[in-house]
Amino acid sequence: MAKNTQNLDEVTIRFAGDSGDGMQLTGTQFTNTTALLGNDLSTLPDYPAEIRAPQGTLFGVSGFQIHFGSLEINTPGDQCDVLVAMNAAALKVNLGSLVDGGAIIVNTDGFSDKNLKLAGYPSNPLKDPAIQKYTLYEVDITKLTTLALQDMNLSSKIVDRSKNFFALGMMYWMYNRPLEPTIEWIKKKFSAKPDIMESNIRVLKAGWNYGETTEIFKVRYEVGPAKLTPGKYRNITGNQATAWGFIAAAKRAHLDLFLGSYPITPASDILHELSMYKSYGVKTFQAEDEIAGVTSAIGASFGGSLAITTTSGPGVALKTEALGLAVMVELPVVVINVQRGGPSTGLPTKTEQADLLQALYGRNGEAPIPIVAASTPGNCFYAAIEASRIALKYMTPVFLMTDGYLANGSEPWLIPKSSDLPDLTVKFRTEAEGFMPYLRDEKTLARPWAIPGTPGLEHRIGGLEKQHLTGNVSYDPANHEYMVRLRAEKVERIADDIPTAKVEGDAKGDLLVVGWGGTYGAIKSAVTKMRAEGHSVSHLHLTHLNPMPKNTGEILYNFKNVLVPELNMGQLVKVLRSKYLVPAVGLNKIQGLPFKSVEIEKKIVEILKGGK
Amino acid sequence: MSTKVNEMLASAASVAPVKYTSKDFSSDQDVRWCPGCGDYSILAQTQRVMPDLGIPKHKTVFVSGIGCSSRFPYYMNTYGFHSIHGRATAVASGLKMARPDLSVWIVTGDGDGMSIGGNHLIHLLRRNIDVNVLLFNNQIYGLTKGQYSPTSEVGKVTKSTPYGSIDYPFNPASLALGASASFVARTLDRDPKHMQVVLKRAAEHKGTSFVEIYQNCNVFNDGAFFQFTEKESKDENVVFLEHGKPLVFGKEKEKGIKLDGFTPTVVSTKDGKYSVNDLLVHNEKDTTLSFILADMTMKPALPRPVGIFLSLERPTYDDMMTLQIDEAKKKRGEGDLEKLLNSGDTWMIN
Repeated sequence: MAKNTQNLDEVTIRFAGDSGDGMQLTGTQFTNTTALLGNDLSTLPDYPAEIRAPQGTLFGVSGFQIHFGSLEINTPGDQCDVLVAMNAAALKVNLGSLVDGGAIIVNTDGFSDKNLKLAGYPSNPLKDPAIQKYTLYEVDITKLTTLALQDMNLSSKIVDRSKNFFALGMMYWMYNRPLEPTIEWIKKKFSAKPDIMESNIRVLKAGWNYGETTEIFKVRYEVGPAKLTPGKYRNITGNQATAWGFIAAAKRAHLDLFLGSYPITPASDILHELSMYKSYGVKTFQAEDEIAGVTSAIGASFGGSLAITTTSGPGVALKTEALGLAVMVELPVVVINVQRGGPSTGLPTKTEQADLLQALYGRNGEAPIPIVAASTPGNCFYAAIEASRIALKYMTPVFLMTDGYLANGSEPWLIPKSSDLPDLTVKFRTEAEGFMPYLRDEKTLARPWAIPGTPGLEHRIGGLEKQHLTGNVSYDPANHEYMVRLRAEKVERIADDIPTAKVEGDAKGDLLVVGWGGTYGAIKSAVTKMRAEGHSVSHLHLTHLNPMPKNTGEILYNFKNVLVPELNMGQLVKVLRSKYLVPAVGLNKIQGLPFKSVEIEKKIVEILKGGK
Repeated sequence: MSTKVNEMLASAASVAPVKYTSKDFSSDQDVRWCPGCGDYSILAQTQRVMPDLGIPKHKTVFVSGIGCSSRFPYYMNTYGFHSIHGRATAVASGLKMARPDLSVWIVTGDGDGMSIGGNHLIHLLRRNIDVNVLLFNNQIYGLTKGQYSPTSEVGKVTKSTPYGSIDYPFNPASLALGASASFVARTLDRDPKHMQVVLKRAAEHKGTSFVEIYQNCNVFNDGAFFQFTEKESKDENVVFLEHGKPLVFGKEKEKGIKLDGFTPTVVSTKDGKYSVNDLLVHNEKDTTLSFILADMTMKPALPRPVGIFLSLERPTYDDMMTLQIDEAKKKRGEGDLEKLLNSGDTWMIN
């Protein structure tokens, strides 16, 4: 039968189910297919810390949200338009994020008495009149999956595990997406398991056909391609982009890449990704703990590698002493902090920005470390290169800050040409004549990188205070103060070597919204909307947090108000207030979740109306 | 791939080999250990052995942690890294993985290596990275001025244990064997000849070489090992392990170790009941035996075993890491950045 097709500019879909239901896989497949169609998109995986939480429980619900469209997409969407709920718990956890009048597609098999009880529903919510403000589609996905596979003689476990493909097939039909990319993926993934390959493909098609042939869905939607910058694209997550950024940096520096790392959520995927690229000379070392992760990297750096260590906040805490050592011996090493909710173990799978002050100040003694922060999943690639550039050029440890939201989120990424990437070629010291381990470059104040194996340059470094020039141990009071100031000056001089900050919007006005890191998309969406409504608002997003761009103060002074939205209790705002003496105010959210644009919009309106 | 490191190595390869003396390995820094410290002997023996190893000094690196022993690298005219407490093993691991061409030595102590750095030490040993560990054991914390250490005997009265320590000590050799070390030895600061032999063997061994050196701290724990190191008591209290030879000791070499089941016992070869042929014969390749011998350390009735407990060949971590990379390159070709960036599912926007 002919169905009505509507055009949409943008849609947000949320897939939700048990953590064993394969919702992350479903979301990822939908994302990849959507990316291939040329939509702009942004995703937010939202999963529990438990690997397989008890079935049907509220805390076992795993979700994946994708926001895609023919317009520029900056966030995974404040609310979803469509919620796919595989059981009652998934509905209960996610109904709050569904827009009024939105669509719910439920697997009715997930609403048994037992499911309702586990979800804490006193009665079936699908029969509740309150559900009528949404468009409800009730589909017995489990039964339809079983029917599609009934002649295959498969175990009930395999049948049950295929049902997410039914949901995916339905959504492909509803949003007019091709099945082929997913079919190709299934064929590759399950090439050794023909039964599972066949069952998944069958169920995927069955889901599509269900949409096509039954009368339950009255409308299909068309979402056209976005007007992205011309070029070749791929979909990329923040962690993948981070890993690739370091491979690129090592290649452009003509160095081998060494990663010393201990598994930690949400950073482990960088270790997984890099461990695949042995043919690129990448050495990955899964160390016995966080401390060995960073200290092995320091050892590799001494030996002339581009050395990095990946972790999250609790791991940074353990690496702290070693970072002081790296400051003292002035060796390049990049520490990647994929921030998560803290303190302590906190919220391992949730996002937060509460480690900025840790990166800035969290060491004993005067131990300045440059900080670079990534703003979007794809930007992690460039942030990794920039962090490497600073580390290699200035012989210093560098923090690269990302977060759980960027790490697991994804977006279409314009593939760069390798030759367009910055040249990071390093020069090891090889001349013995006039060599001193702490004789510095006049401009950058970097000490020479003299690696073991170089004849005539035998020297000793270590964590004890160094004598200026010779690098010998020195307890001289005046030398200590001189060296402390010199190390600080070296980091300050990086400000001469980074781009000036650029305001998005007008250079002067009523309000400047200043952000850093993964809040970029939410702030950009909010400011764009407010500007379209005629408000005098601009956006400044800082990539370099230590040192900050030289014109930062100048920019701040050009606005009547400064608002700093952060996923913490107000860390950047503290720094800006103390450094530039501006009465900046914070907008703070500490829920393990990214900002919704609307939350920032509300605050903008409030400030512009005169309230703070 | 031509990396900047390979370029440096290629140009360094043209440097003619030098015939070194021990003086070439002595740096320009004043040695600052307490007069009479056992560390002086270890430094001297190390510098004496170095010229015989045939390794250029620019290819040699000494890495240390924190403690008296860890000042060692400053006095060696090689590359050196005085790192942080307990982490020398991890720093050295990273260095050796990055640069398998280097000869890497770790200098640590009983506190640095077995207390704060115990975790890294056991993992280094099980991985069998091709480095040499010199653990100076003086059974005391010297640099912090005299607290008991993880190798101090029970009941040790120190500044932090005025009522006597209640910690049971580690036996470093047993700990190393338990961590699957491939080379485990013990030597004495006051036996220069023995130490030189052991150091050479450690250097020659491919894999992690673990050498415990009994070192006298004459300020905070003077004489801790005198019964094993002094002329008058040494013969009676030490049994030297030599591969393929029976375990004999005593002033007249009149005593020996016989295995009673798995239990070593002292027997006399003089009283006619036993001869040398009944004694336990040392075998450096025998893992089981190495555990029995190391355990003798904790039995006061038995002489203290000194020498090489175990020397076993097994693949090194750094070799296997290099092999995986070489094989990946052979199979997939040298990694190409442009190819990587364009891999996977891509699409064009015009």
